[in-house]
Order: sequence, then C-alpha cells, then structure tokens
Amino acid sequence: SAVLNVDLQTDAMLQVDISDALSERDKVKFTVHTKSTLPNFKQNEFSVVRQHEEFIWLHDSFVENEEYAGYIIPPAPPRPDFDASREKLQKLGEGEGSMTKEEFTKMKQELEAEYLAIFKKTVAMHEVFLCRVAAHPVLRKDLNFHVFLEYNQDLSVRGKNKKEKLEDFFKNVVKSADGVLVAGVKDVDDFFEHEKTFLLEYHNRVKDASAKSDRMIRSHKNAADDINRIASSLYTLGTQDSTDLCKFFLKVSELFEKTRKIEARIAADEDLKLADLLKYYLRESQAAKDLLYRRSRALVDYENANKALDKARAKNRDVLQAETSQQLCCHKFEKISESAKQELIDFKTRRVAAFRKNLVELAELELKHAKGNLQLLQGCLGILKGNT
Amino acid sequence: MFHFHAQNLFQLEEEEEEEEEDKFDIFVSVKDPEKIGETTLPMFRNKTFTVRRRFSDFLGLYEKLSEKHGPNGFIVPPPPEKSLLGMTKVKVGKEDSSSTDFVERRRGALERYLQRVVNHPSLLQDPDVREFLEREELPRAVSTQALSGAGFLKMINKATDAVSKMTIKMNESDVWFEEKLQEVESADQQFRKLHALVESLVVHRKELSLNTASFAKSAAMLGSAEDNTALSRALSQLAEVEDKMEQLHQEQAANDTFTFAEMIADYIRLLGAVRGSFDHRMKAWQRWQDAQSMLQKKRETEAKLLWANKPDKLQLAKEEIAEWEAKVTQYERDFERVSATVRKEVIRFEREKTKNCKRQIIKYLECLLQSQQQLIKYWEAFLPEAKAIA
Repeated sequence: SAVLNVDLQTDAMLQVDISDALSERDKVKFTVHTKSTLPNFKQNEFSVVRQHEEFIWLHDSFVENEEYAGYIIPPAPPRPDFDASREKLQKLGEGEGSMTKEEFTKMKQELEAEYLAIFKKTVAMHEVFLCRVAAHPVLRKDLNFHVFLEYNQDLSVRGKNKKEKLEDFFKNVVKSADGVLVAGVKDVDDFFEHEKTFLLEYHNRVKDASAKSDRMIRSHKNAADDINRIASSLYTLGTQDSTDLCKFFLKVSELFEKTRKIEARIAADEDLKLADLLKYYLRESQAAKDLLYRRSRALVDYENANKALDKARAKNRDVLQAETSQQLCCHKFEKISESAKQELIDFKTRRVAAFRKNLVELAELELKHAKGNLQLLQGCLGILKGNT
Repeated sequence: MFHFHAQNLFQLEEEEEEEEEDKFDIFVSVKDPEKIGETTLPMFRNKTFTVRRRFSDFLGLYEKLSEKHGPNGFIVPPPPEKSLLGMTKVKVGKEDSSSTDFVERRRGALERYLQRVVNHPSLLQDPDVREFLEREELPRAVSTQALSGAGFLKMINKATDAVSKMTIKMNESDVWFEEKLQEVESADQQFRKLHALVESLVVHRKELSLNTASFAKSAAMLGSAEDNTALSRALSQLAEVEDKMEQLHQEQAANDTFTFAEMIADYIRLLGAVRGSFDHRMKAWQRWQDAQSMLQKKRETEAKLLWANKPDKLQLAKEEIAEWEAKVTQYERDFERVSATVRKEVIRFEREKTKNCKRQIIKYLECLLQSQQQLIKYWEAFLPEAKAIA
C-alpha cells in the first residue's frame, strides 16, 4: 500500500508503490510506480522495472553515504526466495503418475497458492522499503533514490565484482570487532546509554521470537496439510458404496475439507501479522544498532581528534591541522547525535504503532477463523447427530 | 497388569433373528495398568468384581477363543498386538509422553477388546471367558508367540492367500461372499491409509504444541525487553494466550490419538478377523470338496474290485464308501452352517461398525468444537489488551 508524503516546505508530494510484479524463472521484476510533484522529475507520474539487486544497491548507497550516518537506514528487503516452492512444484510434477487426478489437482492448487503467497509477500516487503525511504524527510531527496525511481534503463548493478565483495567482507569483520569494543564503552549521554542497552537486548529477543514464531507457524501448516489428506481419505472411504456409514464419512470429509482451509488461512495470517512483523523489526532494530554504532565510531574519532590536538599543542606542531580535524569530528559527532536521537524516538513510535496494528489484526483474524470453524463444526454435528 | 470390573452379569437368551439388537447388561472396563511386581488387593462386591490380568492373559484368551470358535465362522475380536518397542520403554521406566501414550492406548484397546468379547452372544457363553472374568489367578499363557504383530500378520496373509486361490472355484450362489470379501479388503486398505494420516496429524499437533510453548516463552521475553509499557503488557498477554493454545493443542493431539486413531486401529484388527472367518469358511468348503474327491476315488476302487473278484477287499471298499458318504454329508452340512454363521457375523459386524464409527467420530468432533470455543474465549480476552497499546 502506498504512503502519501507531503513535503511541507516545498509542497511537493512523493508517492511510491509497486504496481505490478512478474515472476520469471530465477528473478522477480517489480514495476515501481511513482507519483510526484517534485520539480526534479521529468514527469508527474512514471514507472520503471527494477529487480531485487537494484533495491540492494540503493540501500547500500544509503549505508555508505556519510551524510546519512545519523539516520536509521530503512532495512533492505530480503531476497525473493522461491527455491523451496519451486522444488515442491517440480517434485509434484515428477510424482504425477503415482497419485490420482483429484489428488494431483488438489496438491497443485495448494502449491500454486503457496507460491502466490510468497510472491505477494516479497512484493510487499520491497514496497515497504521504498515507502520508508519516501517517508523519510532527508532520504526522499536522495539523488540515487530519484535515479532508482526514474531512470528507465537497467542500472547495471547486478553481481558485485570479486574485489567489491571482498571489501564488503572485511568491512563487516571490522565492524563487528568494533561493535564489541564500542558496546563496552559507557556513554556520557543517558539517553544513548539507555538506547544502547535496550537495543542490544531487544534485537536478540526479537531474533529469538522471530525464529520461534516461524517454527510454530510451520507446524500449523503441517497439521493443516494432514487434515487435507485425511479429508481425501475419508472421501475415498465414503464413495465405496451408499451405506449409512459411507454417507457419514462423506459428510465428515466435507467438513474437514472446509476446516483445513481455515487452518491454512490461520497459519497464513499468523505469518503475515506476527512472523513478518517480528522479521521486520529484527531488521529495523539492526539498522538502529548500526546507527548507534556509527555514532560511537564518530565519538571515538572525536575523542582521538581531541587527543591528537592536545599532542599537537604540546609539541607545537601541525596545530592548525589538528584543530581543523578536531572541529570536523566534533561537528560530525554532534550532527549524528542530534538526528540519531530523533530517529530513535521515531523508531519507537513506529514500532509501537506497528505492533498495535498487527496484534489487533492478528487477534481479530484468529477470532474470525475460530468462529468460522465453530460454525462449521456445529453445522456438521447438527446434521450428523440428527441422522443417527 | 490390569484391573477390570464386570458388572451385572445376567443370563442370556438365544438370538431369534439376525437383525435383533444385542442386549447385554455386562460392562467391562480396564483400569489402572501397573507394572508387574506391584501388589493391590482385588475387591469383591455383589455383582461387581475385579481381577488382575497380565497382558499375556488377554492374548491367551484370544488364542483359546480363536481355536474354538474361529473354525465355526465366528468373528473372534482380536486384542492389540504385542509391542516390543513400546513395552521395553515402559519396563525401563521411561516416564515420557510417548510411553504414557502407549500405556493408555494399550489399556483402551484391551478394554474395547473385552467389551467386544462380552458383547458377543456366543462368546460370552464360553467358559474360558467366564473364567477370565472371574477366576482369581490364571495360569500363565504359554504359546502367545503367534500373536505378536508379525505372527498376526502372517496368519492374515496365509488366510488371504488361501482365499484368493479358492474364490475362483466357488459357484455363483456365493456372490454375496465374494463381494463382501472385496469390500472388506478395500476397507482394510483405506483404513490403513487413514490410520497413517491420523498418526501423522498427531505428530504434527504435538510439534505444534511444543513450538507454541517455545514461542510463548520467547514472546514473554520480548515483552519484558520492550520499554513501552502498554506494548510490554500486551506482549506478555500474548505469551499467556499462546501458553493456553499449547494446552489446547496437547488436548487435541490426545483427542486425535485416543478417539480417532485408536478407533481406526481397532477396525484394522477387526477387518483382519473378518477375513479370518472367510478363510475358515473356505477351509470348510475345501474339506467338503476333498471328501467328495475321496468318495469318488473309493467308488472307482470299488468298481475295479468288482471286476477283479476279490470279495474281502470289495467288502472293505463298500465300508469305506459308506464312511465317506457320511463324511460328505457331514462336511456339506458343516459348510452350510459355517457359511450361515459367517454371513450372520458379517452383518452384525457391519452394524456394530456403523454404530461405533459414528459415535466415535461425533465424540471427536465435539472435542474439536469445545477447543474452538476455548480459542474464542482466549482471543476475545486478548483483543482489548492489544487495542490498549498506545
């Protein structure tokens, strides 16, 4: 869903959404649709086709931009992963001979529904990323972002070369080592000290909750699949002849066919409202941690610059250079601290709102489905008991 | 060892027609399984009495009943199989859910086995059954090896081999039996498939239960880390809901096992016994046919001897002919009697099966319904907590 963003200063509007998507053999093509009154775009409404790697390129360009060091960079969407689903469809095709036509059709429909669900999810996650950028007062003005939205040719960012990949690898290694170092340093500012403690713990717990919710939902899907097969088996038993018992089995088979659809829906809704929510905040809390890390780095740089200045003054050599350097570091650190504070407050607001929305929707859906199940069971039992 | 009560034992009347409802006032229940070695005193009340029996005693009873009544075409209800794996776990003292499940499954299966035996008008008359129910100490049953799962299967397979070879030779007046046997075999196939599926559901529900509990803990931890008060509370409420869901899933798994899976397992065993009765009918037919062939041979011998002029041997041959004529008549009557019994038994079996399956499935669905009602309560309680987040 699109988010309407109005820049109060220039009265310009920027609205981004993914209006279409196409799944090909090993890639997904997203149609990114933009509506904007910003003067720097050639038209007011336009679309381009982008692939996952181009989203990653955009995200990474934000991360690498020093100007954005003081912001929570919206987390990159995860890579579209149809491997498991594709494998299942392939296996189904291979095993076509060993099952009845009804079973095959049924399984095919289910796998196609699963594929479609994964597809919808990946579209949503890519869209959320773009909307977060478009909603950010500073990032929305980013030139790369505008290129991403408007340039209707291939951005040619696919497949980083080997050198770049190695650089990334080392960057991450250094970061995590530093991360450990910086985490141990107590901050002067209470707000940031609290945030650091909070985020470290929160991130770990969200990670755990995300993994556990995935496993729980997986079991739920498995149980729904079993009920589906049981329904088929009862149907076969019920069609053997037209005795009383066979009619009974047919009725029960019909019931299970319906309840298992509800169970599958429950699993899907839990996935959307709970698992995806946790996954998202896992990534966002990491992005918030990254911000804190960048601020800590800037603080360390500032402190080092102070020490260098003192040394220079003591030796009375390169003092001006040291002063300039120290001023730059100070400025950088203060700039980051100021925007970081606001970012972290916004993060909390967004998080609370998102959890509220999703938990309410989750509860409402669970209720809806339980009531649906109840109605089916009551109806069926009424008929079964009446005929006995 | 198992205790059971037999209440209100009455004298029974002969059944008049095959459609008449069996009316019995005997009720058995099997309770309190204990490992061998513990002592409990049996209790005696007027028309209620309790005895202790070993698992092998049940198998011994089956063997006796099957030897006596099987050949006459009766469908003798089978007890649950020996299970080496299950019993080893219990003996070793492994107190996990799989061994408690096993013990409960076995207890239930034995109870239903006994109930079926005493519900059968002819079997209840058997003195071995009375002895089983009343006598304080039973001598150990020795030859129960044949009744292990593998032995059971072998017996059934032998029966089906025999049946499939002979069905072709029987004449059209037996179309009913041919059709019924086919129905029984296809039902057996389907029930086995269904049983495997329900067992799979049980496994997945237990997994779901464990994973839900795990998630509940995780959600509680997340709630305590969350620094927004209302959200923190909502998350711990969510954790509580998930805890309750875990309980529901456990109950559901038990429902799947004891109400559904075990019912199907019973019928897989019973269908085996039905095929056994068809096998006995075939054997009776075969004995009659063999006697007819023998009679024919004796007549041919007589004819040869008439030409050969050996009066002594001729006399012997005439005696043998008379003997075999009598046997042919007897075996023909036996075959007809056994056929009639099998037919009656199958009709009774189908009637009971319909009644039982319906009852059990309704019970199963009612449990599912209660589960949904609980679910609704839990989520309704949670919703305001979620809405209160600010």
